[in-house]
Amino acid sequence: MNRDRIVGTSVPRFEGREKVTGQARYVDDMTLPGMLHGATVRSRIPRGKIKNISFAPGINWNEFVIVSAKDIPGKNCIALIEEDQPCLADGIVNHPEEPILLLAHPDRHLLPRAVEAVSIEYEPLPAIFTMEESETLRQVIWRSDNIFKSYLVEKGDVDSVWEKADYIVEGEYTTGAQEQLYIENNGMIAGFDPKKGITVWGSLQCPYYVHKALMRLCGLPADQVRVVQMETGGAFGGKEEYPSMIAGHAALLAIKSGRPVKIVYDRVEDMTATTKRHPSRTRHRTAVSRGGQILGGEIEFTIDGGAYATLSSVVLSRGTIHAGGPYYWPSVRIRAKAVATNVPPHGAFRGFGAPQSLFALERHMDRIAQIVGVSPVEIRRRNFLRPGQTTTTEQTVNEPIDLDELLDHALELSDYHKKKDTLAIENQRGGNKRGIGIAAFLHGAGFTGSGERYLGSVVGVEACAEGGVRVLVSSAEFGQGTKTVLCQMAAEALGLRYEDVEIAQPDTQEVPNSGPTVASRTVMIVGKLVQSAALGIKQTLEAASMLGDSYSPEEFRVACRTYVAKHGKLSSLAHYEQPDDIVWDEQKYRGSAYAAFSWAVYVATVTVDMNTYDVSVDDFVALQEVGKVLHPVLARGQIIGGVAQGIGFALHEKVIWENGRMVNGQMTNYIIPTSADLPPIRVYFEELGNIHGAYGAKGIGELPMDGPAPAIVNAVGDALGVSFDSIPLFPEGIFDAMQNKAESENRIPSKRGRE
Amino acid sequence: MSKSPRGLSKSEISITINGHAVSVRAYAMERLLDVLRNELGLTGTKEGCGEGECGSCSVLMDGMLVNSCLIPVLQAKNTHIVTIEGLASDGRLRALQQAFLECGGAQCGICTPGMILAASYLLNKQPQATHDEINEGLSGNLCRCTGYAQIVEAVMQAARPGASE
Repeated sequence: MNRDRIVGTSVPRFEGREKVTGQARYVDDMTLPGMLHGATVRSRIPRGKIKNISFAPGINWNEFVIVSAKDIPGKNCIALIEEDQPCLADGIVNHPEEPILLLAHPDRHLLPRAVEAVSIEYEPLPAIFTMEESETLRQVIWRSDNIFKSYLVEKGDVDSVWEKADYIVEGEYTTGAQEQLYIENNGMIAGFDPKKGITVWGSLQCPYYVHKALMRLCGLPADQVRVVQMETGGAFGGKEEYPSMIAGHAALLAIKSGRPVKIVYDRVEDMTATTKRHPSRTRHRTAVSRGGQILGGEIEFTIDGGAYATLSSVVLSRGTIHAGGPYYWPSVRIRAKAVATNVPPHGAFRGFGAPQSLFALERHMDRIAQIVGVSPVEIRRRNFLRPGQTTTTEQTVNEPIDLDELLDHALELSDYHKKKDTLAIENQRGGNKRGIGIAAFLHGAGFTGSGERYLGSVVGVEACAEGGVRVLVSSAEFGQGTKTVLCQMAAEALGLRYEDVEIAQPDTQEVPNSGPTVASRTVMIVGKLVQSAALGIKQTLEAASMLGDSYSPEEFRVACRTYVAKHGKLSSLAHYEQPDDIVWDEQKYRGSAYAAFSWAVYVATVTVDMNTYDVSVDDFVALQEVGKVLHPVLARGQIIGGVAQGIGFALHEKVIWENGRMVNGQMTNYIIPTSADLPPIRVYFEELGNIHGAYGAKGIGELPMDGPAPAIVNAVGDALGVSFDSIPLFPEGIFDAMQNKAESENRIPSKRGRE
Repeated sequence: MSKSPRGLSKSEISITINGHAVSVRAYAMERLLDVLRNELGLTGTKEGCGEGECGSCSVLMDGMLVNSCLIPVLQAKNTHIVTIEGLASDGRLRALQQAFLECGGAQCGICTPGMILAASYLLNKQPQATHDEINEGLSGNLCRCTGYAQIVEAVMQAARPGASE
């Protein structure tokens, strides 16, 4: 592995120069001649029938382009997994902020008043806002049972373990909605040409998702829809599905007006109308032996999907498969479901269900430790998955991971044992309390199960006329370093310099469908295809006797130039083929869920201010095994950034709902960490490699979102001697718990007792 | 051009932008941010929140760091404004920009122009700023990608003696 020349080094970010000089072009930086500005009229109520739409006087409505559901040329839906979500509400609304009408005008200053001047008369219908209301079918709002999707995972005979158990430990854990809060708001520009069709330029993660949605909405064939990704100012999953909606809106206005139309959301609209992380509730019931070994358990995992199906089924899937964490369960039954409520649909956000179910599990492990009377370290050690054992979906662990060793290393790096002792003594003295907590977890790379086979990703590499090569993928750059690492891999494969490799801006007219930029799949899945496609170029040049066994980068460039001059074009495509050892049974939800997992142990040290109950994180150790680290600076940046979002998820970020609407949709009252709020985040990597990824790479982007919340909440529990099962954990929540502390201190954990 | 929603007419406003004197026709209460982006084509200055919370629209006004989304353009009359476009002269990256590149200070890049201007302001005031002072000094600029550590490291690197301006 040490022979790698470029992979594993911190080359300059591909588009870095443009970003630090202000030259990078985001969608709002683009203006087209004759362009109109678009705005969206949205539902003010959570559920009801639209009785009448009227336009107030005092506005010259003739100057406005107005689009309603009846202007849609194709099917009124945002095509994704289901086709249940309308592009524009037609007769009925199912959540606050649901789009109803579109307006466009050359002067964007006139739009807010015009939006206000559209009045919509409703006949309200009863709405439901919680998972409990949805489960009890207080109102049926989606098909017959309010359930978007459910899964059942069964391993072994869990029903027989309860009588063998020395302890039965139960717990219920909840997590709240979380806003992605990319700093660039969502935006799209659409242009329409009756001959060429629709083109959209925008801020997005998945060009071919938008492409599919526009074909369906506009009733156009594939070659009449073109999607171009502009520089994208952060996404975190938040630009996975909703961009299809905005692209649809801009396209409808462009078709009706015959002019280009730009829609750029302001912050409030972006926060209140677009997707957030699914709120969740996880119930654990675990049979444990006297020695602290898990014998089996039942896990019930429920997420709130909001009003339409969107991606909830796949978020649920990842959360379900991660619910057992990095532990060996001899038997387990996991029942999972995503339910409907009358809130804006929840969607993709870094981690994609796993941060929710792993928060529950890692809190539950501390609860088990407490009841059994062993340390949080020991309870994990006694239950870690080992190579050769199987996961909850009966996937055999064949990576050479040693979680004991990973845990030991994390404890050493965080000085855990010494801190644990000194903090216990210091906390006797009164004043502020300090505590230390751990979380052990894993994150699967790539689409779940057969997902990658269905996607069938394609990657291209072409030789350039001036020499060098160009990578063609639909995988988008939105900060993670996609462009940089894919160029590194191509350069490595071909023995070129990093500077010899270019990468195309994702444009569906130019790049093949390498799949969506999600699921920690880019470096492992797409990277491997880039390597294969690149080698295809080399083989062609060798076959044409233009390249010898060994060559310099300059000789390679000359060969490319010569070949292109002679034949006009040299390109190579690589198609995904599922490895033979990936076998997945979709019906039984059993088998190889992921080609590879990344593994981690995080340790948080916190201080709780005993006057304000404010929690601050003092130190954070993030140790992970992510296969080969392709680019040390970028990899470290991914981990620190993910941990920062995880700290926000645990302690700061709370969506406040009123009748299904987010009422704190501003940066003023939805608080994310600033540079003054974060502890030193110390990042360490172990590199075991991965046979399924080029140069041993695995996924890395989502992993750091999974661990911080449970590690921090476990640390708060350690500091106060009271455990907390719900995030975000605000001072108010700690206050309430401390009020009840006397009672909880008197509660002695009993055998078979519910804690 | 249609009537201003604010009911006033446009007037001529002189500003020095990145060392060049310019004159723009704008409504007095128009945001400096919009004038920079839409009238002058300086799109390096970004809008993140529109209410002075995120700092993405940071520019220097007579040497002071301001949120251009909160500055009515009339207030900028006869001032000297520096935007991100004014930092790299002749395509040569300033030490700060180079350090952001090397240290991983820019990920998605949308907060980067404002962050670099805030850092530049900070280093002008406190050339020897410590780690904690930098954390404090940049806390008015939000970044959602980096967790700030590599931004702070970039500022430390640029502040080191010998870092070329």
